[in-house]
Amino acid sequence: MSRNITLNINGAQHTVDVEDRMLLSDAIREKAGLTGTHVACEHGVCGACTILLDGEAVRSCLMFTVQAAGHEITTVEGIAPAPGELSVVQRAMQDNHGLQCGFCTPGIVTSLTAYLRDFPNASDDELKEALSGNLCRCTGYMGIINAARQAQKEIQGSAK
Amino acid sequence: MKPAPFEMHLPTSVSEVVALLDEHGDLAKPIAGGQSLVPMMSLRLASFEHLIDLNGVSELNQVSVNGDSLRIGAMVRQSTAEHDPQIVKSAPLVAKAIPHIGHFQIRNRGTVGGSIAHADPSSELPAVALALDATIEAVGPNGSREIAAKDFFVSTWETSLIDGEILTGVRFPIWSGKCGFVVEEVARRHGDFALVGVAAAVQVDGSKVTKAAIALFGVGGTPVRASEAEQALIAGGTSADLDAVGNLAAMNLAPSDDVHASGEYRKAVAATIVARAIAKALKEAQS
Repeated sequence: MSRNITLNINGAQHTVDVEDRMLLSDAIREKAGLTGTHVACEHGVCGACTILLDGEAVRSCLMFTVQAAGHEITTVEGIAPAPGELSVVQRAMQDNHGLQCGFCTPGIVTSLTAYLRDFPNASDDELKEALSGNLCRCTGYMGIINAARQAQKEIQGSAK
Repeated sequence: MKPAPFEMHLPTSVSEVVALLDEHGDLAKPIAGGQSLVPMMSLRLASFEHLIDLNGVSELNQVSVNGDSLRIGAMVRQSTAEHDPQIVKSAPLVAKAIPHIGHFQIRNRGTVGGSIAHADPSSELPAVALALDATIEAVGPNGSREIAAKDFFVSTWETSLIDGEILTGVRFPIWSGKCGFVVEEVARRHGDFALVGVAAAVQVDGSKVTKAAIALFGVGGTPVRASEAEQALIAGGTSADLDAVGNLAAMNLAPSDDVHASGEYRKAVAATIVARAIAKALKEAQS
């Protein structure tokens, strides 16, 4: 069965025809044309497809598109404050060589953005645990952890 | 698109859900957070003609304290149960189990009721429900009923819910006095399926252990209550021989072998982590 629904992605309305079985990750990429959300394992393990659903980080491959109608979706394309600018997390990833091939990066940026918003005072161990839901097959984890630490410091600083 | 085709239904009330389940029978499956179900569908381990989405049923999102029990609605997200001050205070064992589930992105979507109804033998919340003698609330074509946790888990992914019934909430008894609550598990990596785990609670009064609850998971088709170990702990008090308590808990287990670990290894780990969990719980209760 298929139906016509409207998705709110990064503040824009996308009216799309989708089969009920279409995963949200596929609709974001193939129907809305937003290919920043990456798809790798497609069963919730790798974290590459992580998006924000009403602000909360979730796996877009573990939801059906029809469940997302009426909710606010933010993909990695919606994280930067303005075109040509970087968010705190994105800049920290760049500064700390937090990406090599870049495939896992969208999921890490979306996950860290939500996590540091909710837990700006997380301990270093908690930060690492939060990152454990995103796999990087370049295994560039030290750069990613350092990026998370820098972003956390900046967010803590700006809250003062 | 990896899952087989199906029709999604988007009801907004429990009565609509029950009517849809009644109409479509065993061709239909309710979907809660979907964090186990969607991978199973994508891997084509499971397929259904109809999915009934519970995410729009707001009456399943409530958390409330009624007398000496805490009721958690079926669709309360695991991340809510991890951080909600009322749950952390009233049912600490629930809150402490949750960080062991997947990763925070999974817990943002996964639900308390979904995890218990899914009844995966390696999952944490079924063991917590069994340890605490929780009451499962279900609604079906014949109305609502209550099921004791000890009667709920039948085998791997199988519960005593009958056709057309859904889990609507779980009531966890609130423990008072000086208590300690610990969930311990061994997994290959944090967030992976547990090889073996234990949910343990103790209540102490001086050197006496007045209540003890121990349930293991990952050691069989269902979570397993370690009643003999609980009795030994109560008999021995706070200075009980914890290695002996651990051995009692593991004694009658017959976990199976798989690619991750042998049954023998799981049994040995079970004894060790029960002792470790009780030590921590006693320390917490006495602090």
